[in-house]
Amino acid sequence: MTAADITLAPAISVERTTTPYGGFNITALRLEITRVLRNRRTLFFILIFPSIFFFMFGLGNKNARAAGDIALGYIMISMAVYGAMVGNTSGGASVALERSLGWSRQLRLTPLHPLAYVSMKVLTSMTLGLLAVLSTFTIGALNGVHMSASTWIMAGLAAWICSFVFAAFGLFVGFLFPAENVMQFVGPLLAVMAMFGGLFIPLSQLPQGMQTFAKYTPMYGVGLLARAPLVGGATAWAAGSVIVWTVLFGIGAMAMFKRDTARV
Amino acid sequence: MLAIDLQNLTKRYGAVTAVNDLTLQVAPGEIVAFLGPNGAGKTTTIDMMLGLARPDAGSVRIHGMTPADSIARGDIAAVMQTGGLLKDFTVAETVQYTASLYPHARPIEEVLDRAGIRGIATRRVGKCSGGEQQRLRFAMALLSDPRLLILDEPTTGMDVEGRREFWQAIRQDAKRGRTILFATHYLDEADAYADRIVLIREGSIVADGTTAEIKNLASGRRVRATLDNPDLVALRAIDGVIAVELRGDSVFINCSDSDVVARYLLSRTAARDLEISSQNLEAAFVALTAKDAVMETTGAVA
Repeated sequence: MTAADITLAPAISVERTTTPYGGFNITALRLEITRVLRNRRTLFFILIFPSIFFFMFGLGNKNARAAGDIALGYIMISMAVYGAMVGNTSGGASVALERSLGWSRQLRLTPLHPLAYVSMKVLTSMTLGLLAVLSTFTIGALNGVHMSASTWIMAGLAAWICSFVFAAFGLFVGFLFPAENVMQFVGPLLAVMAMFGGLFIPLSQLPQGMQTFAKYTPMYGVGLLARAPLVGGATAWAAGSVIVWTVLFGIGAMAMFKRDTARV
Repeated sequence: MLAIDLQNLTKRYGAVTAVNDLTLQVAPGEIVAFLGPNGAGKTTTIDMMLGLARPDAGSVRIHGMTPADSIARGDIAAVMQTGGLLKDFTVAETVQYTASLYPHARPIEEVLDRAGIRGIATRRVGKCSGGEQQRLRFAMALLSDPRLLILDEPTTGMDVEGRREFWQAIRQDAKRGRTILFATHYLDEADAYADRIVLIREGSIVADGTTAEIKNLASGRRVRATLDNPDLVALRAIDGVIAVELRGDSVFINCSDSDVVARYLLSRTAARDLEISSQNLEAAFVALTAKDAVMETTGAVA
């Protein structure tokens, strides 16, 4: 064997180690986020759609303009929450696509621990949610929404963090249905939830029965808490709603996830 | 230590026994073709080697470890038949993502080179041909420099040129002493690329030997005769008989010396309507893996 052959053919190593943090790493996370942002449909619903709604319901609406800053801010925050909701859900639900394409199965042939995979999914979802909030707030700020600095920050943080409940919801749906087009079915469901969260019209304008029902839906607490820095009215019920729904969807996602990733 | 040690593996799906008491041992450095018709249990066996399916009975050891431990150490990798790729990643990103999951992955450029896809590194996976996607799966499998590489029908759906390039890449890589087991239903692939062929039928191994030995099984002649209630034990005991198969009232005998068999049939039994034909590998494959074959193979090594 010549020296050239040796460099071409190093011996296969027998010394082997397991991967740190179950395979969780920044490179994979970065690639994942870049990839998700290539999806035009996702981008539209997260970045463009909330702003269009803001223009339609807010700036294009005489009553809203007449009602002043509070109304515009109310609509902007609601739309940011909507974008964050769609972003988080689609981030979580992308596991459905990956399962149907066999990517999850491919990953099972690598040292990636299922919990590391889910953690990266959650962080990707939260990134999409953050982008939705930031883009809607930017459009709002450039188009006449005036709020105090602390209101901007608190409302933004509340919209972003509370919409985490929908990352759990997305994961639950994603592990439940291995369908490539799961978001097409979940999308309308999200719109209904958004309505019960008072995102499209204030809950007080709904019939009494629907207002009561709305309190038990997942978006209720998120909407209320995100708008609270602007209009007040945060309740323990709202906080409880966010926590309970997050736990419920989380438990559902974990159960589906365990069924899906049982290792031999 | 054995690269693969399967002991009495059984896997059932409902009433169907996909793998039936299968025992197989592969030494390090061997290149083994796992040959059988569709539905013979090849993929199920491979899934159990990779820890993707749990055996109902029996055990799997890869270099003495469980499949899960072996995968956690990157010591086993696989190229699966289809799927398993995200269309909106580029080729390089797919490899980069996978590489990031291993503690000491080979450089991206190196595996792209070995798989012969460095030239299409920036192409979206969705725009790659079937052959290119398969070489991408191969590149991903090389990242951890595994001692054992498993390929499940790796060239299904590829054109002739794609198959040739794919096997060229595998062959080049195998020179480094990697153990390779590949499932295929293409006889020519098993013949051209394996040192050893394991024939599987209905979840059991029906022949196992070097490529030359399996070819010998096939190199003889085939005698057919009409015979009521044949004594299969006596027929198998004739010198040079490789396999005896019964279909309706016809008996098919694969043998190395058709004269001896013909003489026996015509003088010692009520056989009539006798035919003799020569065999090829294709026919041996069909005979050995036929669903209703009653057979006994000799000359094969376990």
